[in-house]
Amino acid sequence: MSQLEIKDLHVSIDEKAIVNGLTLTVRSGEVHAIMGPNGTGKSTLAKAVAGHPSYTITSGDVLLDGKSILAMQPDERARAGLFLAFQYPSEIPGVSIANFLRAAVQARMGEGEELDATAYYKRLYSKMDMLKMDRKFTSRAINDGFSGGEKKRCEILQMAMLEPKFALMDETDSGLDIDALRIVADGVNALRSTNLGVVMITHYQRLLGYIVPDFVHVMWNGRIVKSGDKSLALELEAKGYDWVKKELAHA
Amino acid sequence: MSAPALTSASLTGAFTPEAFAAHLKTVAHLPAWWLDRKQAAYDRFATAPMPKRTDESWRFATLTGLQLDGYARGGTVALPQLGHAPVGIAKAGRIVLANNRLVTHDAIAADFAARGVIFDTLQNALRRHGDLVKSHLLAQPAPQGSEKFAALHTAFLEDGAFLYVPRNVEIADPLAVFHYAHGAHSAVFPHTLVVAETGARVTLVDLFRSTDASRQFACGQNDLFASHGAEITYVAAQTWSRDTLSFQFNSTVARRDARVLSLNLHLGGRQARHESYSQLQAPGAHTEMLALTVARGRQEFDQRTLQIHQAPHTSSNLLYKNALLEQSKTIFSGLIVVDADAQKTDAYQSNRNLLLSDEAEANSLPGLEIQANDVRCTHGATSSPIDPEQEFYLQARGIRKAEADELLTFGFFEEVLSKLTNDQLHDALRELIRTQFKQ
Ligand SMILES: Nc1ncnc2c1ncn2[C@@H]1O[C@H](COP(=O)(O)OP(=O)(O)OP(=O)(O)O)[C@@H](O)[C@H]1O
Ligand SMILES: [Mg+2]
Repeated sequence: MSQLEIKDLHVSIDEKAIVNGLTLTVRSGEVHAIMGPNGTGKSTLAKAVAGHPSYTITSGDVLLDGKSILAMQPDERARAGLFLAFQYPSEIPGVSIANFLRAAVQARMGEGEELDATAYYKRLYSKMDMLKMDRKFTSRAINDGFSGGEKKRCEILQMAMLEPKFALMDETDSGLDIDALRIVADGVNALRSTNLGVVMITHYQRLLGYIVPDFVHVMWNGRIVKSGDKSLALELEAKGYDWVKKELAHA
Repeated sequence: MSAPALTSASLTGAFTPEAFAAHLKTVAHLPAWWLDRKQAAYDRFATAPMPKRTDESWRFATLTGLQLDGYARGGTVALPQLGHAPVGIAKAGRIVLANNRLVTHDAIAADFAARGVIFDTLQNALRRHGDLVKSHLLAQPAPQGSEKFAALHTAFLEDGAFLYVPRNVEIADPLAVFHYAHGAHSAVFPHTLVVAETGARVTLVDLFRSTDASRQFACGQNDLFASHGAEITYVAAQTWSRDTLSFQFNSTVARRDARVLSLNLHLGGRQARHESYSQLQAPGAHTEMLALTVARGRQEFDQRTLQIHQAPHTSSNLLYKNALLEQSKTIFSGLIVVDADAQKTDAYQSNRNLLLSDEAEANSLPGLEIQANDVRCTHGATSSPIDPEQEFYLQARGIRKAEADELLTFGFFEEVLSKLTNDQLHDALRELIRTQFKQ
């Protein structure tokens, strides 16, 4: 059992405070949905946890299995078991998916250990089959000219290959058609059963029908203001964020 | 004439009249016209001034690095001493030279030879095919600032490779020429001459290698001549030692409907100057001028290009990409010239620099000189650091920063590498680039 703890986290960009004291604990196998209006700091939270250099953590801590990861480089955090599925994945012309994933798999191996290319491709192709991705994608440059949905599917392919302990999935459902959504959800559910812990940022209740969350959190102005089970997502869908705002005003 | 001895020493460095006389003895068996040309070249070399700070053609270059002292002809080398490593490509023929002398030669297949293909050492070609060689050997000027060093090349050129492909002969597999420098202070003068007759098709790969890390001097020339409708693919992989002063001069002549693609990979040397002079002489001629550089440590790569459109309906495409690490320095100076009657010219020139270090320095001097009025010419230069979002994306997958930067450099280079249709060649160059990152 692993545990990702975000403790009273404060994050700022260019001196501007974006995340303001956010606390969240995720255990292996759990799915936590985070919902919240545009610009409230959801992506900032995810990128700061992953170690993006533009985001300054001004106070608080992030612990993986009891150890702070804040001093670690983004690549070390990833190798320690964190995965960020980007809301807007970068396009990298000239670097093929196959070479890129190979480098990522190789980075997880010991010094002097050689990657078994045959086994690697076998595994890659089986994950692609699961995600119903054409094998031609392996020779294409990372996200270069991919449609929105293809980019998201490619994020999940990477997650499936790298087998993280915890995934921060930032609006992976946006831009997916119904079939793709089901495929991605199946992929996440399969990983969840092998103890993946998930922080799932989404705007849509629809996704939560496929990946049923253990907890739903509402984020507002850089902190979690309300938590509940999956029914909270339904309530939000029905009442909108004004409802949360009013509740906050009364509290 | 207050101090003539001092003046002449600084003008010739190690390449004194005595050294030249000794060199002439080693090539005394070659045709007289060639020896006469060499003598004239030596005289030009010995009297021409060294580059000066005020020379526009040497702008940004480290002139103190150019001095010519302390080099000598290296000893005779046998194949086992080279530690020769294959490049991993299927070859139609191979010539290995070390310290200016032939080490081994895998001749081209008999059926090609029967059809008139010549793939031989320059010395053999001079003796057996004198007339053919005479009209093409060092027939073009070196107009980009290195007249002195080009003359030095002609004067001391001892042996090299000659490839002649007759009318309509196509050779699918590349021919490879290895030019080795072996031993401390060795001076080498590599030479490759490719002549492709009407409708011929051929690929040649030059590999410039040092057997160790010692201080060396290289002054080479590679000339390409593509007759009507001929197609030449030329690849040069320069991996001299990190303590080598290198000059390499290219001239390319493309005739009617000829296509020449040249790709220069620059990895080695302490200071490496490369000059490329491309002439598009008749309608339909097209040249693709490509270069990739990975500069590290305090390496300096100085590339000067000249693309001259001398006839209407010609096109050229130049793309030079440099990746700079540590305290390295690159210079790109390119000029497109369009003659008055070269209407409908389509010329492109681009220098792109990827800065992987704050301390690296990329200099760019793109230029145009257009006398015709109905042409399309574009040129541009950019220098930019690694995209931090791309770097973060790769790191977020567990890839270490250095490895991420290497991947991004390959991504940056792929636009050039992908122009090679020979996959083995593509992979071989990737492998060479990879070793540069491992150092
Ligand atoms: N690199 C940046 N520079 C300046 N401001 C930024 C930067 N990144 C984010 N911000 C600002 O921080 C705030 C939070 O942005 P963030 O992307 O975290 O929101 P979000 O909750 O993910 O929104 P959405 O639902 O639209 O994805 C926004 O006001 C945004 O403009
Ligand atoms: Mg967001």
